[in-house]
Amino acid sequence: MEIVQAAMAGTLESSDLLVKVSPHDEGRLELVVSSQVMRQFGGQIRRVALETLARLEVEAGLVVIEDKGALDCAIRARIQAAVLRAARCQELDWRVLA
Amino acid sequence: MTLCTLRRSMLFLPASSAAMLSTAFVHRPDSIMFDLEDAVALREKDSARLMMFHALRNPVYRELETVVRINPLATPFGLPDLEAAVRAGADVIRLPKTDTAADLLELEAQVERIEMVCGRPRGSTRLMAAIESASGVVNAVAIAMASPRLMGIALAGFDYVVDMQTERGDGTELFYARCAVLHAARAAKIDAFDVVFGDLDDEAGFIREAELARRLGFNGKSLINPRQIELLHNVYAPTAAEAAHAGKVLAAADAAERDGLGVVSLNGKMIDAPIINRARRVLQLAATSGIRR
Amino acid sequence: MDMTPETIDLLERQGLEPFQGCHRDTPHLLAPETRLNRKLTASLEEAIRRSGLRDGQTISFHHAYREGDKTINLVVNQLARMGFKNLTLASSSLLSCNAPLIEHIKSGVISRIYTSGMRGKLAQAISNGLMEHPIHIHSHGGRVKLIQSGELKLDVAFLGVSACDAFGNANGVSGKSHCGSLGYAMVDAQYAARVILLTEELVPYPNAPASIRQDQVDYIVQVEQVGDPAKISVGAARVTKNPQELLIARYAADVIEHSGYFEQGFSLQTGSGGAATAVTRFLEARMVAKGITAGFALGGITGAIVDLFNKGLIGTLVDTQSFDARAAESLRTAPGHLEVSTNAYANPAAKGASCDRLDVVILSALEVDLDFNVNVVTGSDGIMMGASGGHCDVAAAANLAIIVGPLIRSRIPTVVKRVTTLVTPGACVGVLVTDHGIAVNPNRPELEARLRAAGLPVMSIQALHARAIALTGEPDPIEFLDRIVGIIRYRDGSVIDVVRQIKP
Repeated sequence: MEIVQAAMAGTLESSDLLVKVSPHDEGRLELVVSSQVMRQFGGQIRRVALETLARLEVEAGLVVIEDKGALDCAIRARIQAAVLRAARCQELDWRVLA
Repeated sequence: MTLCTLRRSMLFLPASSAAMLSTAFVHRPDSIMFDLEDAVALREKDSARLMMFHALRNPVYRELETVVRINPLATPFGLPDLEAAVRAGADVIRLPKTDTAADLLELEAQVERIEMVCGRPRGSTRLMAAIESASGVVNAVAIAMASPRLMGIALAGFDYVVDMQTERGDGTELFYARCAVLHAARAAKIDAFDVVFGDLDDEAGFIREAELARRLGFNGKSLINPRQIELLHNVYAPTAAEAAHAGKVLAAADAAERDGLGVVSLNGKMIDAPIINRARRVLQLAATSGIRR
Repeated sequence: MDMTPETIDLLERQGLEPFQGCHRDTPHLLAPETRLNRKLTASLEEAIRRSGLRDGQTISFHHAYREGDKTINLVVNQLARMGFKNLTLASSSLLSCNAPLIEHIKSGVISRIYTSGMRGKLAQAISNGLMEHPIHIHSHGGRVKLIQSGELKLDVAFLGVSACDAFGNANGVSGKSHCGSLGYAMVDAQYAARVILLTEELVPYPNAPASIRQDQVDYIVQVEQVGDPAKISVGAARVTKNPQELLIARYAADVIEHSGYFEQGFSLQTGSGGAATAVTRFLEARMVAKGITAGFALGGITGAIVDLFNKGLIGTLVDTQSFDARAAESLRTAPGHLEVSTNAYANPAAKGASCDRLDVVILSALEVDLDFNVNVVTGSDGIMMGASGGHCDVAAAANLAIIVGPLIRSRIPTVVKRVTTLVTPGACVGVLVTDHGIAVNPNRPELEARLRAAGLPVMSIQALHARAIALTGEPDPIEFLDRIVGIIRYRDGSVIDVVRQIKP
C-alpha cells in the first residue's frame, strides 16, 4: 500500500494508542514508538507494528505510535486504520488484515 | 437434556473504545454487542470496524456470545461492517432499524454470500432484528418468521419513541411495542429482548423495569454499563421458594420415569412437559446466578 | 534538719542528697512566664537550637496529613538553612509532596532515610541512585520495633499538630486542621529524646484528649500551617462507579461472606481506595441480610467504615490513621471510635497488637507472584512507588488476608512469576481477588472448597497468570544494576528483600 497523505487513528485514552502515518521524505519505512510500558513491552509493540505494516505491504512512510498500554489487537486495528486512511484505500482485502 | 442459551444480559460496547474492548468481557454478560452504529462517530466508523474485527479474533471473546450491530445496509458502512463481522466470527449480526421482513432477507442474502466466500460454515452466522419504529412493530410477526437464522428480536426504545412522537417515561409509551415484539418472538419461537435503561444512577428504576420485562416474558435486556449486569441477573434469579419448587417438580418427573408411569403428578396435580422444562430452566438459572437476593 | 554525724553518714551510705531549696530542680517555676510558657519558642530555628540537634543525628516525623503535609518540608528546609548535615530522616511515610527533599539529599542535609514508603519524584530519584546509602523501607509495626530495639534512635521528633496547649497536650481533632488519629505521632512522642511540636494554634490549658502528652513534649513553635486537611483523603470518599472496581469489590465481599469468618462479632480491616470503599458497601448488604454485626474495624479508617459504624453494624472503630475528613470527624465525636498508637496497632514486639485479633483484611498489591508473595513497593518498571505500610503486619496476624486488584493494569499483569520486590510473604496471604477470577492459596484447601461450593469464580493462580499473559503477552524483564538503593525490612526487622537500581 502506498502512503499518499498524513492520517491518524486511535486516541490517547488508557489502553488505546494514537498512530500517525505520513509519507516519508526519504522514501523508507521509519517506525517511532513511545509507550508508558516501554521497558516491558516496547519490543513487542515494535514487532506487532512491523508485522502489521508488512502484511499491508507498506514499504515507505513515517509511522509514529504513542501507546497507552494497548493490547496487540488494538495495536493492529489502529495501525491498519491509520494506514488505510493514509493510503486513501476503500477496498479492503480481509486476508491481509487478519 | 438441552438447556437453553441464557441471554439475559446483552452488554453494549462502543467498538471505538479500545479500553472497553480490552476489559468488558470480565463482567461476564451472557452476550456482548459490539456497536458500530449509533455509538460510533461517522469519522471513526472505519477504525471502529477494525477494532471490532481484531477484538473478535481474540480468544477471550470466544467464551461469550458475540453480537455486532452493523450500520444499516443502505449506508456506505453497512456492507463493510458485515464483511468484517462475519469474517471475524461474530455469533450474531444485529440489524438496526429493521422495518420489514425484506430488510432481514436482504441481510440474510449478504450473510450467505460472505459465509461462502470466506469459508465460514453455512448458517453459523445468526441474525437479530432490532425494532426501532412503528413499522417495525406492526411488521414484527413477519420479521420474526422471515429467516431460520433469526435467533431473536429486540425492541430499541429510543428511536421507537421518537418515531411514535412521544418520549421515554414510565413504560406506558412502550406498552404495545413490548407486547407486539414479545408475541412475535414467541410465535416464531425465538428470543425477545427489552430496551436499554439509560439512567445509570437510578438503580431502583432499572430494577423495576427489568422486573416488568421479566414478568412479561422477555428473555433479556440490552445494557449499557457493566454495573447493570449483576442487577439484571439478580432479577432473573429464582427465589429460594421457586428453586425449591422446581426441585420438587424434577424429583416428581424422575420418580415417574423410574416407576414407568406415563403421567407425572405433584401434590395431586398433573405436571406436563412444559412445566418440567420450565423447572429445568429455573434450576439452570439458580446454578448460574444463585438465588434471588 | 540537724546535720549530725549520723545524718551525714546515713546520707553518704545511701547516696542521698540533702534538701537545697524549693526550686533546685524547677527554676522555671520562679518566674510566671517560664512557669507557664517555658516550652514556647519564638521560631523553629530557636526550637531546633534548644533541642541540641547535631549533625549525623536522626529526625522523625509523622505522615497523618498525607499529601497535605507541610511539616516535613518546612522543617528540613529550616535545617538546611541552618547548615545541618548527614541527618537520618525517619518519617513514618513519605509522599509525592516531599519531592523538595531531593535537593536536601543532594546537598548533604539528609544522608539516610527510614520510611514505610514513598511516591512521586522523590521515589523516582532515589530509585535511580540519588542516595549514597540505601534507604530502609519498613512496615508501620516494624518501625516501632526498630525504635524500641535502638536501631532507629529518634533524637528529635518534629510533630505537626493542628492545636495544642502551652504544655504540648495535642490531638488530631482540635483546631482547624483535623487529621484524625495521631497513631504514628504517639510513638515518636513516646520514644524520641526530644519532641518539638509545630502547632497552628495555641489553645487554653488543658487541651484534651491528649494523644500527645505534656509529659512527652519539650518545645512548641507556632507555625502558619502544618498540613492541609483537604488533602488527607486517600481514595474515593464516595463509592466508586468504575465497573471494574465494583466487580472486584463484589467478589471480595463474596469471599468474606463465604470465608467461614463471617459471623456475629467478626472483625475487619479494609484499605483505602475505590475498591475498598465499595467492598464496605457490599458487605453492608450481606451483614444486614444475615443479621450480624462486626465487633470492630481496624485501620486505616475511612468514611465508608464510619457509615457502617453509624448504622450500628460495627461495634467499635480502632483507628491508627484517619483516611478522610469523615473519619477524623467521627474520631472527634464518637465514643466508640478509638485512637490507637502504631505500637498497639501492629508492632510485632508489642505486648498486644490489635491486628492480632483481626479476622479479615482487604489489602492491595502492585504484584502478586505464583507463590502469593506480594510486592507493594516497586512498580513493574522497577521504580519505587508505593508503601510497605501495614501490609505485612496485618497479613501476618489476621485470620484471612485478601489481596484485591485488577488482573491487568494498562497492559501490565498484576500476577507475575516472581515479584520484583518481596514485601509480604505468600504464606501470609489467603486469597487473591481480581476481576478475572479468584485464586486461593493452596495452604488453605478448606477455604478453597468453601468458595468453590459458593459458586465463586475460583481458579489456580497459575491459570490467572496464564489468562493475563494470553492477553498482554509476556513482558520483557526489567534490567537492574548491582547497586542496592533500598532495603526492605520485614516487620521483625529482618531483611526480606532489596531494591536495586534500574539500568538507565
